[in-house]
Amino acid sequence: MDVSELVTRLGLIVIGGEKGLDREITGGYTSDLLSDVMGHARSGSVWITLQTHKNVMAIASLKELSAIVLVKGYQPEADMLVQSNIEGIPVLGTEEEAFEISGKIYKHLNG
Amino acid sequence: MSSEKMHFEYRVEGGNFSEAGYPSSQVKKTLKQLNVEGNVIKRTVVALYEAEVNIVAHAYRGVIAVDIDTEKIIITLTDEGPGIADIKKAMEIGYSTATPEVREMGFGAGMGLSNMNTNADKLSITSEVGTGTIVEIMNYFHK
Ligand SMILES: Nc1ncnc2c1ncn2[C@@H]1O[C@H](COP(=O)(O)OP(=O)(O)OP(=O)(O)O)[C@@H](O)[C@H]1O
Ligand SMILES: [Mg+2]
Repeated sequence: MDVSELVTRLGLIVIGGEKGLDREITGGYTSDLLSDVMGHARSGSVWITLQTHKNVMAIASLKELSAIVLVKGYQPEADMLVQSNIEGIPVLGTEEEAFEISGKIYKHLNG
Repeated sequence: MSSEKMHFEYRVEGGNFSEAGYPSSQVKKTLKQLNVEGNVIKRTVVALYEAEVNIVAHAYRGVIAVDIDTEKIIITLTDEGPGIADIKKAMEIGYSTATPEVREMGFGAGMGLSNMNTNADKLSITSEVGTGTIVEIMNYFHK
């Protein structure tokens, strides 16, 4: 499944990084601890978090993650959004909490 | 390219989180250009990023020296900072002296040194309290 398909299926909002909507999603990782993601997320994963600063994009790029999903209506800080567009790694938004959206993403990836 | 040795240096400023990750991304690019195996690149990038962020989060300033030859990459991070009194304790997952502001950003889980340890073929840390810390990461390109 690519990012745009996930967006459609779950009604996510594309906040930035549109040119990366064709990136392939092979898994997911839910965490707000950056070193946890750095150490344990697999490349191709979508990262579900409430962190909204530029370092999120640095990690997403270094780890070759497919997209970021910001939960509970959180908005990226301006420099995170700029970096998302530069890297072409989509930042997606949802009003849902991490538990709910993670469960739905899991289901779509494994269903 | 194959017989060449490469050397790069980057400066890191304590507290400047917005630039964190730049040296790691440059090293990643270089290793890709050199056709280093993907898993080695991934490991190196994780170890370097954590070491880099530790200077930003815990020290005043530092220099990252990167040396690449045909067999390996050696990254030496030398910082001026408070140093680490008990390196063994600092290596434990969950141990962190990060400030509340740094923790709010999602740093300060106390996992960075552990990540460095699992992603470096050789990791050496020496530190002097009140002066600074030297971290050396070595990864081989072929096992
Ligand atoms: N370069 C450094 N200078 C001074 N202290 C350091 C340095 N690197 C690590 N430390 C000390 O070791 C502790 C553990 O480091 P580690 O990277 O494992 O966790 P952290 O940086 O606190 O959190 P995380 O890396 O999970 O975001 C730090 O909290 C700090 O006290
Ligand atoms: Mg750290």
